[in-house]
Amino acid sequence: MTEPRAYRQASWNEPVAMELGAPGRRGLTFAAPEAEVAAIGAAEDLLPPAMRRRSRPALPEMTEHDTLRHYVRLSQQVLGMVGISLFGTCTMKYNPRVSEALGLRPQTAELHPLQHPSTLQGLLEIVWNFERILKALSGMDRFTFQAAGGADAAYAHVCVTRGWLEATGQLGVRDEIVTSIQAHPCNPATAAAGGFKVVTLPLEEGGYPSVEALKAALGPRTAALMINNPDDMGIYNPHMKEWVRLVKEAGALAFYDHANFNGVMGKIRARDLGFDACMFMLHKTFGGPKGGGGPAVGAYGCTEELSRFLPKPMVNKTASGFTLDIPENSVGKVREFMGNLHIVMRAYAWARGMGAEGINEASDISVLANNYMEKGLLAIRGVTKSHPDIDGPRMEMTRYSLGTLKEETGIGVGEVANRMTDYGVDAPWLAHEPWHFPEPFTPEAGELWSKEDIDTWVAVVRKVCEEAYANPEIVKSAPHNAAIAKVQAEGCEDPARWATTWRAYLRKHRGGARQQAAE
Amino acid sequence: MTAEGGVAHPWMANSTPEAKAAMLRAIGAPSIASLFDQIPADHRFRGQLDLPPALASEVALKRHMLGLLKKNQDCEGNLSFLGGGIWQHHVPAIVDEVVGRTEFLTSVWGTPSSDHGRNQAWFEFCSMLGELVGMEFVGLPVYSWGCAIGNAVRMASRLNGRREVLVPAGMCPERLAVLRQYCEPEGSGGHIAVVPVAFEPASGMLDLGDLKAKLSARTAAVYIENPGFLGVIEARGAEIGRLAHAAGAEFIVGVDPISLGVLAPPADYGADIVIGTIQTLGAHMSAGGGAGGFIASRDEERYAREYPTLNISIAPTDRPGEHGFALSLAHQSSYGMREEGKDWTGNSVYLTTIGCAAYMALMGPQGFAEIGEVIIRRSHHAAKVLSGIEGLRIAFPCGFFKEFVVNFDGTGRTVAQVNDALRTRGIFGGQDLSADFPALGQSALYAVTEIHTADDIARLAGALQEIVA
Repeated sequence: MTEPRAYRQASWNEPVAMELGAPGRRGLTFAAPEAEVAAIGAAEDLLPPAMRRRSRPALPEMTEHDTLRHYVRLSQQVLGMVGISLFGTCTMKYNPRVSEALGLRPQTAELHPLQHPSTLQGLLEIVWNFERILKALSGMDRFTFQAAGGADAAYAHVCVTRGWLEATGQLGVRDEIVTSIQAHPCNPATAAAGGFKVVTLPLEEGGYPSVEALKAALGPRTAALMINNPDDMGIYNPHMKEWVRLVKEAGALAFYDHANFNGVMGKIRARDLGFDACMFMLHKTFGGPKGGGGPAVGAYGCTEELSRFLPKPMVNKTASGFTLDIPENSVGKVREFMGNLHIVMRAYAWARGMGAEGINEASDISVLANNYMEKGLLAIRGVTKSHPDIDGPRMEMTRYSLGTLKEETGIGVGEVANRMTDYGVDAPWLAHEPWHFPEPFTPEAGELWSKEDIDTWVAVVRKVCEEAYANPEIVKSAPHNAAIAKVQAEGCEDPARWATTWRAYLRKHRGGARQQAAE
Repeated sequence: MTAEGGVAHPWMANSTPEAKAAMLRAIGAPSIASLFDQIPADHRFRGQLDLPPALASEVALKRHMLGLLKKNQDCEGNLSFLGGGIWQHHVPAIVDEVVGRTEFLTSVWGTPSSDHGRNQAWFEFCSMLGELVGMEFVGLPVYSWGCAIGNAVRMASRLNGRREVLVPAGMCPERLAVLRQYCEPEGSGGHIAVVPVAFEPASGMLDLGDLKAKLSARTAAVYIENPGFLGVIEARGAEIGRLAHAAGAEFIVGVDPISLGVLAPPADYGADIVIGTIQTLGAHMSAGGGAGGFIASRDEERYAREYPTLNISIAPTDRPGEHGFALSLAHQSSYGMREEGKDWTGNSVYLTTIGCAAYMALMGPQGFAEIGEVIIRRSHHAAKVLSGIEGLRIAFPCGFFKEFVVNFDGTGRTVAQVNDALRTRGIFGGQDLSADFPALGQSALYAVTEIHTADDIARLAGALQEIVA
């Protein structure tokens, strides 16, 4: 049986940068301007007197080498995917480094978004080619890449919905958006931020809301449905076609949040199910890096009918090349410029590296690996899964509960997650609030991680659960092998103690003494 | 079956037949297909995916990608004067190395210990930015400057219950479009009216008469930018702040932080909420992918409890004398409260943020002072040289930072014609303002930074001389 590996994270006891350096040291210098530039006079005389900075910012004074070492040390105190990270809903997949290298080339990095389109033809061709790939995978007619993340793509849908309502004279009439309690929080949150009331359907026996509940929620005030499928529990709602039919019968739009696309890639298409619009996350499903949370892309796709409302500009192909155009009834912008096209470049490279067969195989492997992992995890004392009575294989994720472990040992999922990092695997995703199952966690193996990685991951969960029964104190006081000990986070909710900046920290925790000394 | 005729895929460990068979055996399933039983037959896609052929070999993939990318013309091979929301600044080499570290590149959301180094880099970003803008509370970045304006205006509106924001008429059209989105169209549930305030034709600064006329008990916030989109430094920030406060409105200031080694921190002239770009702090332009925004304010509960951002606080650990980091005020986000949360949050630009931290640490106080001075002197030198060309006029000749408006009316040519001609000479001329600001005639916004030399300016001037002759 696989055993966890012994692991010890680098621990540099690295001070906050604000405490590093010494007066007069420099990391980057700027040459004195040429004589003809200098002749313009002193910078100070070119500034309105009222707007001159009077005191220097209290930044560290570090050399180039010391700055580099500081941040490399910090990086060594991050686990990331150097260990094993099965972070559910985020689809931890390999980020091809060939794309990272391409991203640093001037043909990507040194492009200005307002360059004449004739000078951006390679980039626009990539966007166009990638849009074709997403069209094939979804059946939709057009895609925009302006949204800077999955939540932002949900927001794009809310904006397009508003544009459609305005054009059809229904804005203010249809003012409700329906979603489910298992849908990602960004769906209700962006609906509300876009001016809609939110109707949230509860889960029922099958693990999803009932058709009856949906029917009751729909009406002349319904603007849209925003829904994911499968959900984070790995349960696929088999009535989704009927749902979409009912939504459209009610005169509303149906939006498919494809956050959990990895298990159904190549297997289903949003448009075939009747959806008007959908969203893919290029930083998850399509190989873009997580980066701790962006830069990201939420690719938003829709039908021809809705495409006239899309954010501006859109990339089109003409006889004389690729152009940037404004859709007829564009809702404007959700973010400046064209979006994170350097991430679209990476997603396109990933999709080309995979091809249709590879993408199909990836969803095969994701579902296979998840069910393989499930078998291992459910064999561990203290671990159960959501809806244990629902038979049959789950999709690419399963939601587990450590409720039993908590009852029997007092150890909860947060403590288990802390202890897992002692073995060189990063903590899994737990679950969005509200928690429907006690002490939830949601790993996702995807197509990247090997069977041996999965075995190791399961072995770590087993080991930590065993410890919880045999020696709960070692789990409670974890981590022990990490860069730092367990963080005491209580003060982070207390206005007298929280400090999001060094200057707030000095004032609240060191009486401002050091700050005064610095000044 | 494996991609490309039975070869295991480099990005999929379990694409070997052995791995698949072993896993199927372990779970006792007859086939992979049987694992998809949950999906009803009439949901299934039965056709062939119409995708281009796979390029699973890195050799072939790189060749294909380079073939496409080389169709671009970039700002390294050409001489560019484009700005207007994304700027070409020097990106120090170590920033690329730090951002490229696999640990940072692949982190997601572990525990305060497994993410410790990244969390510290984020805290350092907030700390150093706080020093530049003069504020004690800084949230983790949002998508862009424009999105930060939208978030800040919505914060102000929630704080005082008012539903109108006054913005400079000379505001960046891209950012204005994003703000209008966040303020919702008329007829939408949470509409906030966006009211432009005129600028003085001679100075480019806000017309205080127009501001006073438009300030009212409806005003949720007054927003200014420093430097403004048209390049001009708003010298009367303190007075605008006083007027806003007298009307009971919040005073929001948008800044380009690379200017703050020489320009006053907005806190000094009364800003309540400071926002701006992070792109100029060491992020490549990447066709707009370098965009990122921040939100900062005084560390007062009134403001802190309206932040839509993720926030990270320094905190003690179980080991005496050791520091760690944890989320602060997470519950008020959409993750904690769904539709009752403050706007929404999700993935943002958090990797860019780490590069910005390294940039600010590298620069230090003297670096920011020097780069500010260098930019001001280089941009004013460029403006002076261009103003010597017959037919060219600098619209707001005094008090700008790195961008200035060049008017071409006297040449009888449009900006589009001039820029077309410049492009054939390997020069990207300034952003054409004629569509967004018709009152400025045929004008272009030129950006000059620390990367532009006197020779570059002479080359631009020579080309313009030829073109307008």
